[in-house]
Amino acid sequence: MKISITVNGRQHDVDLPQTNALLVDVLREQLHLTGTHVGCDTSQCGACTVHLEGRAVKSCAILAVQVDGQAITTIEGIGTPDDLHPMQAAFRDCHALQCGFCTPGMIMSAIDLVQNSDSLDNRAVREGLEGNICRCTGYHNIVKAVLQAQESM
Amino acid sequence: MYQFNYHKPATLDEATALYKEADDPIYLSGGQTLIPTMKQRLAAPTDVIDLAGIDGLSGITVSGGVVQIGAFTRHAQVAESEAVRSAIPALADLAGQIGDGQVRNRGTMGGSVANSDPAADYPAAVVGLGATVHTDQRDIAGDDFFKDLFETALQPAEIITSIDFPVPTRAAYQKFPNPASRYAVVGVLIADFDGTIRVGVTGAGPCAFRACSIEDVLNENLDPDALDGVEVPDAGFNNDLHASAEYRAHLVKIMAKRAVVQLG
Ligand code: FES
Ligand code: FES
Repeated sequence: MKISITVNGRQHDVDLPQTNALLVDVLREQLHLTGTHVGCDTSQCGACTVHLEGRAVKSCAILAVQVDGQAITTIEGIGTPDDLHPMQAAFRDCHALQCGFCTPGMIMSAIDLVQNSDSLDNRAVREGLEGNICRCTGYHNIVKAVLQAQESM
Repeated sequence: MYQFNYHKPATLDEATALYKEADDPIYLSGGQTLIPTMKQRLAAPTDVIDLAGIDGLSGITVSGGVVQIGAFTRHAQVAESEAVRSAIPALADLAGQIGDGQVRNRGTMGGSVANSDPAADYPAAVVGLGATVHTDQRDIAGDDFFKDLFETALQPAEIITSIDFPVPTRAAYQKFPNPASRYAVVGVLIADFDGTIRVGVTGAGPCAFRACSIEDVLNENLDPDALDGVEVPDAGFNNDLHASAEYRAHLVKIMAKRAVVQLG
């Protein structure tokens, strides 16, 4: 089965090995975009969050066939090492990551949250990131980073 | 996840025809319950019929005192809709409390209602607001829709197309979420239609239901303290590691009180 998707602005024709391939499998294993992580088997951790048509979704809870013809942005598509996205810069400034495993998903969720909210306070950020689990930071600096990025986005 | 045949029909007729021909088919809407369930191998359909290709199943319209929401409308669209927020703010609030942000961007109202998860949020609104569920074949009253654990009035192959929510004078939804999953341990929606009170409860029993004993009391006296003496029997309530049946019965009363306070 063939699908055609746009990932980070580039169009890809992908031959799916099986209809049950998840979007995250295609991103990581076929397109080698390994910035999108898999942190669980139950669609609960948010590490695999990407943007689908501009909104944050869990790429482990979507079949690749479902997104035929659609546009996806992954962590690789939002900034470069020399030109970080404001959210990435804020995570670095605020020391909002330790092991970094949750970070790509956190950043993709946080960007959607900031783009689709009027003005976020501490509580709204915590609620808005309910779909992302971090094992290291205790969330405090993540919340700080999102509040900081909100000013520069 | 086991293998399956994938179909993406363009019309309702095509979808139901595919369903009737298949061995063990299932409809796919937003997939936020179905796909994780299939990953766990708790569901192993032979045929997955994706409803995303069917036009006209998505969207929100408000007219004549009714909010009509297409079955394929995502939770985030309902939560962020100005039209819903001004007609039935409690419904927008409820949608904004479902799961997490990523789930709300993907999950659909029809999918949630058709699944009848005992802890889902929308069923409280379908029952509490006295909604009408439209399918490709008929209209089903919200009161008659939820039958049991994951069981509804839908026939095999039947597809929800939209849901009509009558606009109440005022309404409020209060939920005690499971702190990890954000599913409702108990959720209570109270709606006031010109002085007539309806109470929809989710999370407590095998499926959403109307709490008639609470309605009776509130129809006499719309005051949170009036609920102090009400007995909520826990017979048949869910009893699991998240909460005992007895605790859920207690929560029904507490969430109802909070909803009355929120009604203002
Ligand atoms: S990998 Fe954990 S939610 Fe997708
Ligand atoms: S930084 Fe390690 S899981 Fe979040």
